[in-house]
Amino acid sequence: MKVLVPVKRVIDYNVKVRVKADQTGVDLANVKMAMNPFCEIAVEEAVRQKEKGAATEVVAVSIGPAQAQETLRTALAMGADRAILIQTDQDLEPLAVAKVLAAVVAEEAPGVVIMGKQAIDGDNNATGQMLSALLDWPQAVFASEIVLSAGSAKVTREIDGGLQTVDVALPAVITADLRLNEPRYASLPNIMKAKKKPLDVKELSAVGVDTAPRLKVVKVTEPPKRSGGVKVESAADIVSNLKTNGVI
Amino acid sequence: MAVLVFADHDNASLKDSTHKTVTAALALSGDVDVLVAGKGAGEVAKAAAGIAGVRKVLHAESDALGQGLAEAIASLVTPLMAGYDALLTPATSLGKSFSPRVAAKLDVAQITEVVEVVDGSTFVRPIYAGNALETVQSSDAKKVITVRSTNFKAAAEGGSAAVETVDAGPGAGKTTFVGQQIVKSARPELTAAKIVVSGGRAMGSAEEFQRVIEPLADKLGAAVGASRAAVDAGYAPNDYQVGQTGKVVAPELYVAIGISGAIQHLAGMKDSKVIVAINKDGDAPIFQVADLGLVADYKSAVPELMDALAAAGK
Repeated sequence: MKVLVPVKRVIDYNVKVRVKADQTGVDLANVKMAMNPFCEIAVEEAVRQKEKGAATEVVAVSIGPAQAQETLRTALAMGADRAILIQTDQDLEPLAVAKVLAAVVAEEAPGVVIMGKQAIDGDNNATGQMLSALLDWPQAVFASEIVLSAGSAKVTREIDGGLQTVDVALPAVITADLRLNEPRYASLPNIMKAKKKPLDVKELSAVGVDTAPRLKVVKVTEPPKRSGGVKVESAADIVSNLKTNGVI
Repeated sequence: MAVLVFADHDNASLKDSTHKTVTAALALSGDVDVLVAGKGAGEVAKAAAGIAGVRKVLHAESDALGQGLAEAIASLVTPLMAGYDALLTPATSLGKSFSPRVAAKLDVAQITEVVEVVDGSTFVRPIYAGNALETVQSSDAKKVITVRSTNFKAAAEGGSAAVETVDAGPGAGKTTFVGQQIVKSARPELTAAKIVVSGGRAMGSAEEFQRVIEPLADKLGAAVGASRAAVDAGYAPNDYQVGQTGKVVAPELYVAIGISGAIQHLAGMKDSKVIVAINKDGDAPIFQVADLGLVADYKSAVPELMDALAAAGK
C-alpha cells in the first residue's frame, strides 16, 4: 500500500513569533523554519507502517516555496521513499491546500493519506477533513493509534474526555495527533542518503486548481498582554486574597 | 441572515458551550436555529429550545449521529445549509472533525476557533498558538465557523423555541464505530470547570502528581490539568494537558503548581480570570501572567495552601 504524507514548512515551534509592526502578519524574515511537528508525527507513522510491512511506499508531498525542499529532505531522511514539491510563493488556505492535495491523490492513487492534524502557524485543523470530504473518502482524525490492514484501517482517535475507535474503509484520510508516536531523529547516513532520493518539483499553476483566497486578512495583532500581578509571601496570603476578591 | 448552531452534548445533556456559541450566533443574526444531532437526545433538544434567543431547534436522531461520526454529521448538515447563511459550531473535538467537511462540501473556507465577531463577515481568531490574533474578512456566500466558546458569555435560559424533527441524513458511509472509552470522573470537565489546578514537571513522578495535585483539586472542586512537560514525562494522562497542543481553558481560577510557563502552556490558560502560580524559580515565565505568585517549593507550599483553605472553611 502506498502512503501519501503531506508536510508543511512552518516557523520552528521553539521560536517566539513576532507580529509585524505594520500588522500585515508575522515576521518570517531570518526566522528558523522546520517541519510542522504534527507532520513529523505523520511521516514517522508512515515510515513505521512501512517498516512493519503494512505499507510499501511512502511519498511525501509539500506545497510551498522552493525552501520547502529542505522540509521534504527531512521527510526523506526520516525514511520516506520519494517526494513531491508543488511550488508556490502564495500562502494557501486549507481549502486550496486540500484541492491541490486531491489533485496529487488523483495522480498518485495512494491507499491512505496520513497527515498532521493541524499546522502550528495557521492553527486551522481543517485540511485533512477537507481533503477527505473532497475525495468522498472516510476520515479518522486526531489518531493516537493506527492499525492498517487490507482494505481498512482501525484507528483510535482522541476525543474530548477519552478515546474513540473507528474502522474506516480504505482509501481514507487519517490525521495524526500528538500521542501517535515520537518521531525519530534522522541519522547522518540517512540524511546523506536522502540527498539522492527523488524529489520532483512542479509549479502550482501546472496543477490547475482554483487556489484563490477566500479570506482577506484585515490585520494581525498582538494578543492583549497579561501583566503579572503581585508576589505574595505565603500560601495563606493566596487564600485570603482569593477570598477577599470573591474568587473562592 | 439565518444562522445554524450545532449543539454540543453527550446525548444526555446539553453542554454550556452551546449557550456560548448561541451568543456568538446572535451577534450575527436574530434568526438563530440550533441543530441537535444525536441518539436518544430528546432531553437535549428540549434544553436547546430553552435557550433565550433561539428561533427553532432541529432534532435529528440516528446511531451514527449519536456516536459522533463526522461523516454522518457532515452529510446531515451540508444539505441543511441551503436554508442558512452561517454555521457556527463549538470548537470541540467533534466540531473540529466535521465542520471542515461541511465547508469543503459547500466550497467555502472554514473560519477556525473564532474568538470575536466583528461584523457579519469579519472575525478574529488566534494563530500561532494564540501568540497572534488574525482579523479575517470572508468573501464566501456562506460562513462556516468554529467558535472558541470560552471567549463568549453563555446565552441565558428562558426561551421556548419549537422542536422540529429532521431526517438523519445518509449516515456515516464507509466509517464504522467500534467503541469508545470516556474517562469517568467525579471532577468537573477540564474545559468547562470554574477552577483548574494544574501540575508541572516539578512533580517528578506520577505518584507525586496524584499525591499533591489531586487532593488540592478536590478541595477546590476543581478539574485537574497538567503541563505538556508533565504529560510527556508520564506524570499525568494525555487528556489532562492544558496548552496549545492540549486543551484551552479559561476558568475563573487557574492554579499552576510547579509549572514554569512555557509559551505553549500559556497559550492554553492565559485567558483564565485569576491565575495563581507556585514555583520555586522566581524567574519562571509563569509569574509574568500570574495575578498571585508565590515563590516557594510546592512541597511545603501546597500543604500550607491546603491548611489555609481548610482554615477558610474549604
